[in-house]
Amino acid sequence: MAYDTQFLLGLYRQMVLIRQFEERVKFLFLEGVMPGTIHQYQGQEAVAVGVCSALEAQDVITSTHRPHGHALAKGLSIESLMGELFGKVTGCCHGKGGSMHVGDLEKGMVPAIAIVGGGVPIATGIGLSFKLRQEPRVAVCFMGDGATNEGAFHEAVNMGAIWSLPVVYVIENNRYSASTPICQTARVERLTERAHAYGIPGVTVDGNDVLTVHEAAQVAVERARSGAGPTLLEAMTYRITGHSRRDPCLYQPEEERKQALAEEPIGRYGAWLLAEGTAEQAALDQARAEVDAEIEEAVRAAQAAPAPAPEAALEDVFA
Amino acid sequence: MTYRDAINAALAEELERDERVFLLGEDVGLFGGAMAVTKGLYERFGERRVQDMPISESAIVGGTLGAVLTGLRPVAEIMFIDFVGVCMDQIVNQIAKVRYMLGGQVEVPLVIRTQGGGGKSYAAQHSQSLEAWFMHTPGLKVVIPSTPADAKGLLKSAIRDNNPVLFIEHKLLYNEKGEVPEGEHLVPLGQARVVREGSGLTIATYSRMVGLVQQAAEGLAAEGTEVEIVDLRTLTPLDEETMFASVRKTGRFLAVEEGHLTAGVGAELVARVTKNCFDYLDGPPERVAAQDRPIPCAPALEKATLPQVEDILTAARALVG
Ligand SMILES: Cc1ncc(C[n+]2csc(CCOP(=O)(O)OP(=O)(O)O)c2C)c(N)n1
Ligand SMILES: [Mg+2]
Repeated sequence: MAYDTQFLLGLYRQMVLIRQFEERVKFLFLEGVMPGTIHQYQGQEAVAVGVCSALEAQDVITSTHRPHGHALAKGLSIESLMGELFGKVTGCCHGKGGSMHVGDLEKGMVPAIAIVGGGVPIATGIGLSFKLRQEPRVAVCFMGDGATNEGAFHEAVNMGAIWSLPVVYVIENNRYSASTPICQTARVERLTERAHAYGIPGVTVDGNDVLTVHEAAQVAVERARSGAGPTLLEAMTYRITGHSRRDPCLYQPEEERKQALAEEPIGRYGAWLLAEGTAEQAALDQARAEVDAEIEEAVRAAQAAPAPAPEAALEDVFA
Repeated sequence: MTYRDAINAALAEELERDERVFLLGEDVGLFGGAMAVTKGLYERFGERRVQDMPISESAIVGGTLGAVLTGLRPVAEIMFIDFVGVCMDQIVNQIAKVRYMLGGQVEVPLVIRTQGGGGKSYAAQHSQSLEAWFMHTPGLKVVIPSTPADAKGLLKSAIRDNNPVLFIEHKLLYNEKGEVPEGEHLVPLGQARVVREGSGLTIATYSRMVGLVQQAAEGLAAEGTEVEIVDLRTLTPLDEETMFASVRKTGRFLAVEEGHLTAGVGAELVARVTKNCFDYLDGPPERVAAQDRPIPCAPALEKATLPQVEDILTAARALVG
């Protein structure tokens, strides 16, 4: 497929933004200036960017305990994310949610759900709403491989299937549920084999190739939007950072890790852009320098922003 | 020894003592548990006795019941108490009721270990204190230790008990140190501990709040009020007598918990104290608990939501004033 150069460079910039954001945040956490905990997205950028680039602004995503990449790919501002991670009033949830609950419905992202599998029924319900209201919108449910072992996954995907809802269920298969490898948690080769059980298409793709993800997502999104029903889309990827903060990943075999680092999505895509003559190294470097500057600005703004006043804790319990 | 190591020791000793005991949960094997409580047990006892599970709390917890009904004594781990939402049916409708529904045909010797509490800015889905839900469920024992010694002694008793026990640890206590008796140290379920004697005011509490109440008691002593602190240690069975005896001595009662105020543990304690010690009370009992709202992330908001030493001091001063 022929793509516009701006589009191709845009994908690169988005992935680099997520990577650099996460690296900066990791450093801030280790410095001890951010409260709470974090689950980071390094290595999986092609999934969020590939999928979200196939969506319209009015489409809605649900996310997980590992939401920063989804949020940036769906268009939340760096400031509102950074502010939330610092627990400041400028954060997208005004400091109430923190890292595990970032989101902004205005931008089409349900605040992230940190109960594994908890987002799947909600995405199904969003799809049901779009169908009942006859709106041409699509819901995308991001989840990890581990989430497919929760009962909620099975109940909700089946429901999406029987009602032909406009939902794309995206499994980011990074081969681990926290420390536990997938060979210990599933017998199937591909998690999309489970799609047969619900009578919907199941597609497994290379989740470290942003264009492959984008194209598979486009097919699934079109199918959903046209009323033909959900797709189970599995993106094979790898988490090249800890599960949560201060996890040294001792459970990842060294060979496997080395291989994964060689296949991480940004280096791969950058090399492809250069080889295709789509971009010069200078353009890629410039993209990185630009996002780094934006991130630094967001860090400064977040650090300078006020913490919420204690009385703010009283607000938002009921409408 | 730390609270974490004390729990680890109790698990190791019970695995050693009884072939029927086994552990199951997410990341409890080689990784040693999300809170590092089961470190070394997989290496020592093998995967037959220490089993990693998929993220399937309903099957993990429900599975323990199946194992129990056919002769084993499982100890399951639920990483955060917040995740009980995913397996409430198995806990509340199955495990807690099976013996009664079957007219006493079976015993249900299983333990569900989990950890709760806030203070780490983990926000609304990873900071809750849900013990009151389970105190409200007949058929379940609820154990909630505050010290390393109690953690060990109560867990060993829980594993040997022939009833289902929800064993609730606190995420902020894992690194707390204390003396822990070696080997056969059993603390019976249903026996409160008087942490500090005093004649001016009784404070009943448990888990991490024991430490906060102790701090408050120091301050109150300096102001001339001697506080008697009762660490309940188990919520079901509840050692009312220790609490009542204290209130009959002091005439004043304060319940302190980290869970939400409304319909919380303190509500039950106050009701029982009021009914049983009415003639001894100098005034209405009081409660300190978390504010009735989800636990927010931002440190200032979390602090304003969870009980602090200052809140205990304020409530205590009002009671004795
Ligand atoms: C119901 C529930 N169980 C357990 C957890 C603890 N937990 C958080 S993330 C995680 C691993 C999730 O694995 P996966 O779904 O593959 O997502 P990944 O972390 O790999 O992105 C676990 C066990 C949780 N948050 N919710
Ligand atoms: Mg995973």
